[in-house]
Amino acid sequence: MAKLNVNGKVHDVAVEADTPLLWVIREQIGLTGTKYGCGVAQCGACSVHFNGAVARSCSIPVGSVKPTDRIVTIEGLSAKSTHPVQRAWAEVDVPQCGYCQSGQIMAAAALLKQKSDPSDADIDSAMTNICRCGTYQRIRTAVHAAARLAATGKQAAAAADTGSDA
Amino acid sequence: MKRSRHVEPKQLAPTPASPGRRRFIVGSAVAGGGLALGFNVPLGAATQTAAAPVAEINAWVVIQPDDTTIIRIARAEMGQGTRTGLAQLVAEELDCDWRKVATDSISPGQNLARKRAWGAMGTGGSRGIRDSQDYVRRGGAAARIMLVEAAAAQWGVPASELTVSEGVITHAPTGRRVSYGKVAAAAAKLTPPDPKSITLKDPKDWKIAGKPLKRLDTADKLNGSKIYAIDVKLPGMLCAAIQASPVFGGTLASFDADRIAGMPGVKRAVKVNDGAVAVVADTWWHAKKALDALPVVWNEGDNGTQSSDTIAARLKEGLTADGNNGSRQNGDARKAIDGAAKKVEAVYATPFLAHATMEPMNCTARVSADRAEAWVSTQNPEGALATLSETAGVPLAQCEVFRYDLGGGFGRRGGAQDYVKQVVEIAKQFPGVPIKLIWSREEDMTHDFFRPISQCRMEAGLDEAGALVGLHVRVSGQSINAFSNPAGITGGKDMRQLQGYYAEAGDAQLGYTVPNLLIEYAMRNSHVPVGAWRGVNTNQNGVYMECFIDEVARAAGKDPLEFRRALMREHPKHLAVLNAAAEKAGWGTPLPAGVHRGIAQFMGYGSYSAAVAEVSLTPQGKVKVHRMVLALNCGHAVNPDQIAAQVEGSVAYGLSAAFYGESTVKDGRVVERNFDTYPILRLAEMPKVETVIVPTFDFWGGVGEPTICVVSPAMLNAVHAATGKPVRRLPLRLSDLA
Repeated sequence: MAKLNVNGKVHDVAVEADTPLLWVIREQIGLTGTKYGCGVAQCGACSVHFNGAVARSCSIPVGSVKPTDRIVTIEGLSAKSTHPVQRAWAEVDVPQCGYCQSGQIMAAAALLKQKSDPSDADIDSAMTNICRCGTYQRIRTAVHAAARLAATGKQAAAAADTGSDA
Repeated sequence: MKRSRHVEPKQLAPTPASPGRRRFIVGSAVAGGGLALGFNVPLGAATQTAAAPVAEINAWVVIQPDDTTIIRIARAEMGQGTRTGLAQLVAEELDCDWRKVATDSISPGQNLARKRAWGAMGTGGSRGIRDSQDYVRRGGAAARIMLVEAAAAQWGVPASELTVSEGVITHAPTGRRVSYGKVAAAAAKLTPPDPKSITLKDPKDWKIAGKPLKRLDTADKLNGSKIYAIDVKLPGMLCAAIQASPVFGGTLASFDADRIAGMPGVKRAVKVNDGAVAVVADTWWHAKKALDALPVVWNEGDNGTQSSDTIAARLKEGLTADGNNGSRQNGDARKAIDGAAKKVEAVYATPFLAHATMEPMNCTARVSADRAEAWVSTQNPEGALATLSETAGVPLAQCEVFRYDLGGGFGRRGGAQDYVKQVVEIAKQFPGVPIKLIWSREEDMTHDFFRPISQCRMEAGLDEAGALVGLHVRVSGQSINAFSNPAGITGGKDMRQLQGYYAEAGDAQLGYTVPNLLIEYAMRNSHVPVGAWRGVNTNQNGVYMECFIDEVARAAGKDPLEFRRALMREHPKHLAVLNAAAEKAGWGTPLPAGVHRGIAQFMGYGSYSAAVAEVSLTPQGKVKVHRMVLALNCGHAVNPDQIAAQVEGSVAYGLSAAFYGESTVKDGRVVERNFDTYPILRLAEMPKVETVIVPTFDFWGGVGEPTICVVSPAMLNAVHAATGKPVRRLPLRLSDLA
């Protein structure tokens, strides 16, 4: 049994302690936006925010998660897809198949929290998730665009859109 | 944020309604209602009653009273943008309001029930748009004609006096106007025009097609709401994890189910065909954990002795063996080379490659005595339906496949529907219970249909002036047709393995004219399953030809671009694309110190491609690709921004293979099991990509695959320029650079 704070809501889940957080999110809590890609923290498709930092949920045993830990998934990034990263992703038309994009968006959102105007080198070192469709060039463009959107105050709507981690 | 204009999940009703007037559900209300119950697949025909009244004008076009225009798509969407491109083509001829367009996918059961009204559904070989553009455009045009006729009848005026713009029909003499939605019901009752009688628009007049419009299916990829097949939830559903024989062709000897009995959530372990075992449990994690704990004994058979070395030795023998399995020739290449003033020789090698789609193979199935259903992402929906019916032993008419967009395809989800077959075998052992089978990444990477391994021996002869007088190409490697489509081999000849080297124009023609030319294929198969991998044989053949042409140009003391131009005079389309890439890249202009250029051109999938790469070596001796310029002539460019996206993706896919891709074989099985040992290019390694689209509007070529075949050779030729040494085997090894 574990108590998990996901997207601001506390969930009681009955699982073995070694169950990866990813599978608890997907199979117990029922949020499927967080994806399985490798199970060994290589690809980043399972990226979530864990106490505000990006983390690969496939490699976090649920037994190590405290009830006070704040977990945010792609579904909790904003209530209406108005996070600057989501808006930038739409503007640049980043996704192809889209399967890795939940993780890419969570990684980008975490980067922007740390660095409001990341350089290309910052993006290189922070955006390490795998995309097989090869959307990397647009991801780079969109991270820069998201930084601009966040900076120009166009996110008034996003502020009103009370996503738990926006 | 707008919601996606593509309706998902699709093909909602397990039992088709009246096939002639099937309703498609629009809007997210249905999916939302399903989620409230914990299921994301609406069940039962009852949900259909929620749909707004609609009028099906024809198979492709459905219009609602509020003018919402639903364009039906038969081909698969795996990220390549085909959905948006096909919708643009239909909307163009329909003259509707693009802002009101939504799309829906039809299911193979619906297609079957209506005698394949939507034609082929398979999506591969970069054929999604080029093979269906004609009939989908006629579908859009036919609907427009019927809508105009309905308005003309309503007003009692000749149809010829009416004009259409953005879904509004106008009768100028009387100033009357009506939108499509208001006449759709009447139009649906009219007799459709003969498609052959329709004159399609001149692409010069296109307003929707040919434009860099945004994709229709982006919004739900940004917030986690898009449902992929791996996300399917059904009431009472159980999950399965599977392991097939690690050695290809091996069989299941035994497993000790007692060892996992009592593990959390486990229902039971089951045999799947002769070569795999699965554990079924309440959740996939429970199934996977139990499978990992399950003792399994395999009969490995003779294949257990095979390795990369034994396979390479077989291929090497094929490089010089007598006879061939397909060839083309003109003049006498052997004589010309033997008598040449200067000879150049090289042997190249490329490895097996896994597809590694981000979404691992998966499928959900429910089978009972008189009904079989599958929920799946597939490039081959009709193949999935046939596999479902055949494996379940249920007639086709009592089967249905519910399609989901693919989390990557690249050829893996096309020909073989192996994962569908597996889950149906499992579901048969749990009658009436939906079973979701998910492959682990390890299973996915070790049980792929790999890109075939091959080697190539190249020999060229130059005359005293440095002109190419003879070229002998000998490819030795595994045949995809031999593995999966023996009918594609006639009289022992398999020309598909010489893709890109063809004499014939149109699809994958070699762009060079050589006075004495011999190109041969020696079939040397292995026990490793092989299949189409984005770009298929153009990838390997492009590397061989284009790297060798660079080597020959160097031996001739000529600029690689000028040397190619001299060989391409009889191939103006190839040449124009090469020139476009060279011009955009500034070929011949100075570069920063340490940066070097490479160039390549090739043809595949009906389109012409060329690339220029700029690379340098890092202080650690690694290759850094700074910039790649790619030129593409795909005939008609339906959505230039999505074409650019495919070119960018091709660069990532191609460089990933060139730098890292290799599935090695040891003891009959594939060694690399996950991304830690099968690395993929990351964002930091992605060069700046510039796409130059140079369409000539006189043919329809593919887009998803053509450019990938020039990525590696352009990069490798730049590396050759940087190091002074050719790279002749992939993936690129540091030791080959020093």
